[in-house]
This record gives sequence, structure tokens and C-alpha cells, in this order.
Amino acid sequence: MSDAAASNALPHTLREHVRSQRRFAWRAFVEAFDGGVAFYVWMIFLTAVALVGANAWAIQVRDGMGITHMSDHVSWGLYIANFTFLVGLAAGGVLMVIPAYLYHDEEMHDIVIVGELLAIAAIIMALFFVVADLGRPDRFWHLIPFIGKFNFPVSMLTWDVIVLNGYLLINVYICTYLLYERFLGKKPNPRWYVPFVFLSIVWAISIHTVTAFLYCGLGGRPFWNTALLAPRFLASAFVSGPAFIILAIQVIRRVYRRDYGNGPIATLTNVMRVTILINLFMVVSELFVEFYTGGSHTSAAHYLYLGLHGKHALVPWIWSAIAMNLTAAGLLLTSSITTHPWRLNVACVLAFAGIWIEKGIGLIIPGFIPSTLHEIVEYLPSVAEWKITAGIWAFGLLIYTVLLKITGSVFARRRELDAAAAPTPASTPELA
Amino acid sequence: MSKETIDSPPPATGGVTRRNVIKGLGATLGLAAYAKAIAPLTEWKESATVDEFLQQHYKELSAVDLQIVLGRLEREAKKEYGVDVHITDIKAQPGVKFGYALNLSVCNGCRKCAEACHIENNHDRGSNNSYIRVFEMSRGSMDMEKGNANYEHPVKQPDKFYLPVQCQQCEHPPCVDVCPVEATWKEPDGIVVVDYNWCIGCRYCEAACPYHARRFNWEKPQIAAHEINPEQSYLSNRIRPQGVMEKCTFCLHRTRAGRLPACLEACPTGARVFGNLLDPKSEIRWVLENKRIFILKEDLGLKPQFFYFFDV
Repeated sequence: MSDAAASNALPHTLREHVRSQRRFAWRAFVEAFDGGVAFYVWMIFLTAVALVGANAWAIQVRDGMGITHMSDHVSWGLYIANFTFLVGLAAGGVLMVIPAYLYHDEEMHDIVIVGELLAIAAIIMALFFVVADLGRPDRFWHLIPFIGKFNFPVSMLTWDVIVLNGYLLINVYICTYLLYERFLGKKPNPRWYVPFVFLSIVWAISIHTVTAFLYCGLGGRPFWNTALLAPRFLASAFVSGPAFIILAIQVIRRVYRRDYGNGPIATLTNVMRVTILINLFMVVSELFVEFYTGGSHTSAAHYLYLGLHGKHALVPWIWSAIAMNLTAAGLLLTSSITTHPWRLNVACVLAFAGIWIEKGIGLIIPGFIPSTLHEIVEYLPSVAEWKITAGIWAFGLLIYTVLLKITGSVFARRRELDAAAAPTPASTPELA
Repeated sequence: MSKETIDSPPPATGGVTRRNVIKGLGATLGLAAYAKAIAPLTEWKESATVDEFLQQHYKELSAVDLQIVLGRLEREAKKEYGVDVHITDIKAQPGVKFGYALNLSVCNGCRKCAEACHIENNHDRGSNNSYIRVFEMSRGSMDMEKGNANYEHPVKQPDKFYLPVQCQQCEHPPCVDVCPVEATWKEPDGIVVVDYNWCIGCRYCEAACPYHARRFNWEKPQIAAHEINPEQSYLSNRIRPQGVMEKCTFCLHRTRAGRLPACLEACPTGARVFGNLLDPKSEIRWVLENKRIFILKEDLGLKPQFFYFFDV
């Protein structure tokens, strides 16, 4: 009891701050490397996959990108497909913050940090995919403003560099602040983080808009050259983000065994019910314009959905995506979905996988097929590309796991102290 | 004191316990596996140097810096390809803007131009790369979807015509706009060039180009020493490094010195006309003023300086 009361002695001087921050870092470090059997199995598995990816990437740097199946015809492939999807996931993660703050949904505050941490992990993965796609990663410093040469504001890629890194910094700041304050046993001061939360909401929209502008601004690629691309990207981000967070909450509930997140899950399900339909509607609109208008601008869509001149490598992919999205939409629209966790999980996995295909293999690759001179050269990823992709995903999940674990531990520890200090049982603490 | 309460570590994390020994072993094994995984990076490049890593953008190099760089590149070529090359930096001449025209009525699809480009510009031998693709088109249609760049039969086929495509040296080049690091730009004489030592290999320009004019070095170019064209320039035909973009430069190492592009010299039909657009007495100006001109994908508004024309 006295110990717990003493813990309320907060750092005041700079020295005390440095000391408590060091303790915070140490606590985080210990949490990252300590856990039960399931934790070790999961982390060793992820590390192993990440190392396979690191090895494939090292070979790609040494031998050149000839070990991928990309070519001068299809010059972007699985890496940029994943990059695009992950920017959406990062945006979708934070957009869950809107209901919490705009509508003062107190229970939603609980999952805000789950979404913000997802944004951090997803942006790190997206940046890794860009690096994996570079022919000369040793020259990355050419991209640093003032040190290299930064073609701003003409090149949309420089905008993407700014917004993605800015987004990463904002979310790292918010999460670190919230966790550190909780670690000290203080209630986070809204003045120090709510403005940044709102900034991150606007910023989340910007990262996906800029990423869409990367593609839709290219006049030579009719398949991408549509004003609907940015809205479509955002709609699908609002599907994949909530889907992932719902699944993450289910896992957190199992690990920490507490009644947590029922309300947020219902809110997120309601969000997905709308966004998955908007996304499907936009896909239908695109298809109508493509196929009703016809002409040579339709050939990429024709190739993607029906095959063209006997080439149809992407046809099974896109129809799988459509089947998954339709099934997910159907499941989500049933009224009993929130009371059947497994049905909800299936819907989330299907929606997540469906959007991953639709936005990557179904969007980036057909932009190159047929080529600008109307040649059809097909593309499916090589083994090396799959290895690197799996490696980056494993690394991202590893980061996400560690971040969630640190968060869970900080909050659980706080709860114990609160319970010990307070004569009456403390109410369920919010995560943020 | 607050250390004890807020951060009292779980009992097993301090001291020499079995759990900690296993953890230490695990961490060591993990680090060893990581070192092994990224070991291929150490075998990357024979001639990797700090100077190469720190080299500045072409436009930032002083005359002295540039001479040092050219010397280094010549030594690299000697080391990696076993050949003495001569790399110059020939600048654009004032009052010159290059234009290229191609007579579709006489081109017979022999692809001597593509072959000459392959040799002149020191392209990778295995991939048979060239900056020129020749399309066999059906008479009565300009629809490129009906074209075929991979024909392997004798030319000229009676019901066909032939459309060679290379960099159109656009007045408003989208490839230049999209480059995040300004590794590609338009020279005063209208030629779009790449600094092969500045390009990061993101291939955004390749996605932006509507004419399939850009090529990526997916691997280190392989050429036998005796096949290498030793007369090279920094911005054109020197052997490109692995992992960077390259493109047609209208053979600027030749044309800026008053010679003609290799593809033109190789053409047996006289279909190609090259010259200074700013010179009213040039042959290219005569063609532009007297022939029916066709510009590929003119609707994109990029203002190519490459023109097709018909005789009949």
C-alpha cells in the first residue's frame, strides 16, 4: 500500500525525468524479450521468417533485381503492391480514432492506441517495401531533403516521403506520450496529445491520397488514370484497417482475459458494413466505365477480369478478391454478426485478404499490362519476391506484437497499483 | 523508491538463472543467424568505394570533380570489364535543339537500327537490350494493340508497315517530373538524360513514360571485353551500373560532336532524318514543313521531338 502510494511521486526535475524515462525504456525492453511459451513460439517464428526475407533481400542487392519476375514491361510488382496496401492499413488504423474523439465515444478511446500502434507498424512495413523495391538502396541518402536532391513539389514521390515519415513521427509521439504518462501513473493531459490525434486523422487521409496520386497522375497509364482512385483507396483502407483491428482485439482479449472492446468491435463492424459497400460500389462504377465505354483504354481491365489475347494470369486473383469481398459484405450485413465472434473473424479475414489482392495484384500490376506500347508481358512474383514480402510482414507483425505487449503490460501494471492504492475497486481503465 | 513499485521487474529477469542463460543463448543464435542472412551484402560489388558512395549529383560537380569521377569510372571499367575505355563529358552546344523524324513509308522493319543501338550503347548482351522497339503493324490501323514487336519472319511483309519506337525526347517529359531525386533531366539541346550514379532505381520514371522508352538494369550488364565500345560519355553510353535506369540519348556522345546517331547510320532505307530543329536550313525542318507528320500519342500533350511521316 505504501509502495503504491509512493509511486505517485512523479518526476519533476530534469534528472528525475531522465531517470524515469530510462526506467520506461528498460521496462519496454524487458517486455519485448520476456513472456510465456506461446509468446516465444510466435516471436521465434516471426524472427525466422524475417531472417529468410533479409537473406533474400541481401541476395537481391548483390545479384540485382533480375531475381524478381519484374521486367521493363511490368516494372513494379509485389513490393509496390504491398506498399500501397500497407499505406492504406496505416491510414485505416488511425481513422478509427474519429468515432472516439469526434463523437466522444468513451469506450472507443480504449482501442485508439491499438490503431495508432498498427499505423506505426504498417508505415514501417510500407517503408521497408519501398526500400526492397529500390535498385540502389545504398543511395537512399539522395532522397533526404537538403542532403541529397529532393524534387519537391513536382514529384509525387517526394510528397509521399514527407507524409509517410511525418505520419510515422506523429504516431510514435502520440503512443510514446500516452504510454509514458500511464507508466508514471498520470492521466494523459489532452492538451498534449488530442491536437496531435486530430492532426494524425487529417494526415491519415493525406498519406493515402498522395499514394493514390502517385499512380492516378500518370497520363500514360489509363488503368490508373482515374479520379476515383484516391476515394477508392480511402474506402478500402476503411475496410482493411477495422478488419485488422477487430482481429487484433480478439487476440488481445484472449491474452489478457478481460472483457474488453465489445463496444468498439460493434462500432468497427458498423464502420465496415458501410465502407465495404462503398468500396464495392466504386469497383462497380469503375467496371461500368471501363466496359461500357470500351476501346483500347479498357484493355487493362479486360486483361485483369477476363484475360486478353489468351493471357490471363491475374484472372483467378481478381475473382477470388471479388468473391472474398462479397462474402465478407454478406456476413457483415447479417444482424447477428457481432454476437458470433467466429463469423466476424471470418468476415474480417476475407475482407482483409480481398482488399490486399484488389489493391495490390489487382491494381498495381494490371497498370502495366498491356504495356504503354500495348505489349502483353505477364507477371507473377518470383520465390525471392515472396520471401522478401513474407519477411517484411513478419518483421512488421513482430514490431506490432512487441508494441502491444508493452502497452498491455504498462496498463496492467497500472491497474494493479491502482487497485492496491484505492480502497474501492477501480473502474476499468481506458487505454487512452 | 518509485523504481521498485512502478518498475519492479519480474523476479526471473535478474541474475544468472537458467531462464536468462537460455535467453542469452537465444539472442546470440539470433544475432549469428542475422549476420549469416545478410552476409551476401558483403559480396556485392568489387569496386564499391567510399568515393562512389559519396559522389555528388552531376550538376553539382565542379570541372575538377568531374575529371576525378571520369578517371575513377575508367578505372572501374578496366577492373570490372578488363578494357581501356575513354569516358568524356561532352556538353550541349548553344543554338541546338535536336529533332528526329522517321519515314514510315520506307521503313522495312529490318531492325538494323535496334542492333546498332545495342552495340553503340554497350547494352547487356544476354538480354539483347536496345532503346528501339520495332512494331510490325497491320495496314489500315494505327492501333498498337494490333502491332507485334516479336516478329521472327523475313521482312518486309506485303500487308504490313513498321513502326520503330524509341525515346521521343518530350518537351514536357513526365519521367523527369516524377523522379524524386532529380536523377533525370532535360538538357538544353532537348535530350533527356540520366545520371547513372545518382539514380536510386525506384523505376517511377519507367511507370510514367508512355512510350516504353526507359530501361532498368535488372542485373549488372555483361559484355565481352572485345565487344565494348570504348568511346563513351558520362551521360550516354558508358556501361551502366546495376540497379539504375537508362534510356536513349540520341547518341549524344556522337551527335553533340557533329555526327549522326548510330541508329540512323545503320538504317539501310534512309527512313531516318536527324538534325537541329533551330536551323531553318536543316533537313529535319524541311521534313516537318513539307511532309504529313504523325506524332505518337499526341493527345497526351507531352510534345515529343520525334516525328513520324509518310511519303505516299
